[in-house]
Amino acid sequence: MKKSWVYVLSMVVLLAVAAAGCGQKKESAQSSGDGDATVLNFWTFQELHKGFMDDAVSTWNEKHPDKKIILKTDVYPYDEQHNKLLIALQSGTGAPDLADIEIGKFANYIKGSKPGLVELNDIVDPVKDNLIMGRMDNYAKDGKYYGVDYHVGAEVMYYNKEILDQAGVDINKIVTWDDYIAAGKQVVAKTGKPMTTIETTEHWSVYPLMNMQGSDVLDKDGNSSFDNATNIKTLQMLKDMLYKDKIAVPAPGGYHHSEEYWAWMNKGNAASVWMPMWYMGRFVQYMPELKGKIVIRPMPVFAGGKRSVGMGGTATVITTQSKHAELVKQFLAEAKLSKEGSIKTWTLLGFDPIRKDAWSDPAMSAPNKYTDYFGTDIFSTLQSVVADIGQLNVGAKYPAAISLLQKNVCFRVLKEQSQSPEEALKAAGEDLKAQ
Amino acid sequence: MPEPIARTICTEKQKKKQWGDLFFSQTAAPYLFVLPFVISFLIFFLYPIISTVIMSFERIDGPGDVTFIGWQNYMNLLNPHFFNAIWITTKYTFWTLLVLIPLPLLFAVCLNKKTLPGRNFFRSAFFMPALTSVIVAGLFFRLAFGEQDTTLINSMLNVFGISSTVWLQNPNTAMFVMVLLCTWRWLGVNVIYFLSGLQSIPDELYEAASIDGANAWEKFLHITIPGLKPVIVYVLTISVYGGYSMFAESFALFSSARSPGEIGTTIVTYLYQEGFNNNNLGLGSAIGVGLFVLVMVLNIIQLWLNGFFKKEVD
Repeated sequence: MKKSWVYVLSMVVLLAVAAAGCGQKKESAQSSGDGDATVLNFWTFQELHKGFMDDAVSTWNEKHPDKKIILKTDVYPYDEQHNKLLIALQSGTGAPDLADIEIGKFANYIKGSKPGLVELNDIVDPVKDNLIMGRMDNYAKDGKYYGVDYHVGAEVMYYNKEILDQAGVDINKIVTWDDYIAAGKQVVAKTGKPMTTIETTEHWSVYPLMNMQGSDVLDKDGNSSFDNATNIKTLQMLKDMLYKDKIAVPAPGGYHHSEEYWAWMNKGNAASVWMPMWYMGRFVQYMPELKGKIVIRPMPVFAGGKRSVGMGGTATVITTQSKHAELVKQFLAEAKLSKEGSIKTWTLLGFDPIRKDAWSDPAMSAPNKYTDYFGTDIFSTLQSVVADIGQLNVGAKYPAAISLLQKNVCFRVLKEQSQSPEEALKAAGEDLKAQ
Repeated sequence: MPEPIARTICTEKQKKKQWGDLFFSQTAAPYLFVLPFVISFLIFFLYPIISTVIMSFERIDGPGDVTFIGWQNYMNLLNPHFFNAIWITTKYTFWTLLVLIPLPLLFAVCLNKKTLPGRNFFRSAFFMPALTSVIVAGLFFRLAFGEQDTTLINSMLNVFGISSTVWLQNPNTAMFVMVLLCTWRWLGVNVIYFLSGLQSIPDELYEAASIDGANAWEKFLHITIPGLKPVIVYVLTISVYGGYSMFAESFALFSSARSPGEIGTTIVTYLYQEGFNNNNLGLGSAIGVGLFVLVMVLNIIQLWLNGFFKKEVD
């Protein structure tokens, strides 16, 4: 019996050694590398962001030969990356130096009193005047900034000029939502095609419209403001577009990122759609048939409302587990907060830069695949609305609130029609309060 | 000095013998052989289970920010989302049981007939889906059951004059697709279980029944079914567990844990949403413990009804 225990113990020791050996191996691989270069790890869920960061690293290494960096990037699926990062931060081990976090999930990472993210005020504060601060405030808590976004994500209207010309609508005369609805009726009457599509299982149709009127699903303190009058009115307006005015159809597949939607839209089946600036990439990539037919214009406005809002976003953060936080900070500042870096978000990624002074740079009007697709007036359009872009109310309950908006409110009101806008928003508000 | 040398040889031999003894000793060898399982069980099952139970009594706000909150998470569980998840999961389990026991049984009986042509081909063909990834299969099902006229299923229905359906945004059709995906995937596995069960029924019984003038149906009812009972009980038990712990099918079909109107929210997708998407690991743990209790109770009732515990008394 005694002998068997000796064996048990030796096996345990063996396993432990083997496990430790694995860990050791990884560790040594991390610190070795190109001479004195520091190896940093970066997790993202977007292949395109890897390309952007790789470019930033080579720029950095040219400028700072004494502080060279090697960036090891892991691209994971969206959910997996966020979960992995959450667990790594929670357990206090295994997190990368740099990571991307999508805005809808960001609140999860700054929830506690000791967030696992590095405060970025000393690199944000010096360039504050040049930044569209509404986009920085989305990733801030108690005056501390924790992330740097890739883009503004200004909400714009994508018009299919071919269809609108056919219907005899001059898009430059669409200024208010009343104009838009009237034009929609004309389009339906003349062409038989819907003016637009509305998401029923995600929030990209209703949420920007709420924000453009100064409303949100949370208030400034992070409590529910689902059932305020503006939200009810906005949701009712979308429902009317679908079922009363009949100028819109529910987005095929339920949302503007479904494969079905892209295929359907690509055939020129709807006259317009409102989405943020970064949706340009989806047009270019998934709807090639519409090249040269789509023009970007400012959103129609509500009386007293804003002309645009910044939607979506992904922040790059530094984790407190990073052993080179200072270096990573300097790198992040050059990569994303400098004017050059900001311009690259446009030239490499097709995003609207978060630095205001980048917008007027000649590099922004140079031809690329986006100007080929949408024409050359993209940034003049954007410049006319950028002053209106503010922040969203991103409290701790934001992920739950957006999820309720998507799966319950939008679906039950706009698709199932099993609840009125007021009922659905009230229910969502109660739900959020109970959490 | 010859003596010490002899002694060394002797001890070396003894040592060798000791090691050999370990493998052949009646007391030590069994522990040795189950050790890898025991260790992996302790590390990967027991430890997480215990910490899940502990976490279910805590509010976890971030690294090093954990508060003990007693039964609060369990109180919070009593909400419409959780009840909806239980209801959806129960419906799903019910349908999968209804389909995934009789159907594979029937197929197994057919495949067990030596006269059936292409018997081996069908055996492997039925089993193939179990080897594919649910995510890949789910992607295929999601696109096949799209709402456009051009999608696979709708275009087939259109041929028969049936108009297109929005499959994945309606509670009933979505449930149908989930059960279909599950059936497609697990049919073959259950067929294998039943086939192996059928092998253990002696041919003599059937011969004797034939002599007594029993027809095929009577033989099936009075020999096959009773002979397969242990296998049926086993399949039932794992199917109840499988049904209640369903996650991947729903996740793949709706391309996230979130489904419109919560029509595909199972207990585990709800756990995932709360635990990871909303970073409420305490509530997530409570959901997990709730699921564990629910499945245990159901399976004990089911096993008791099937007389599983009676046998031990006998």
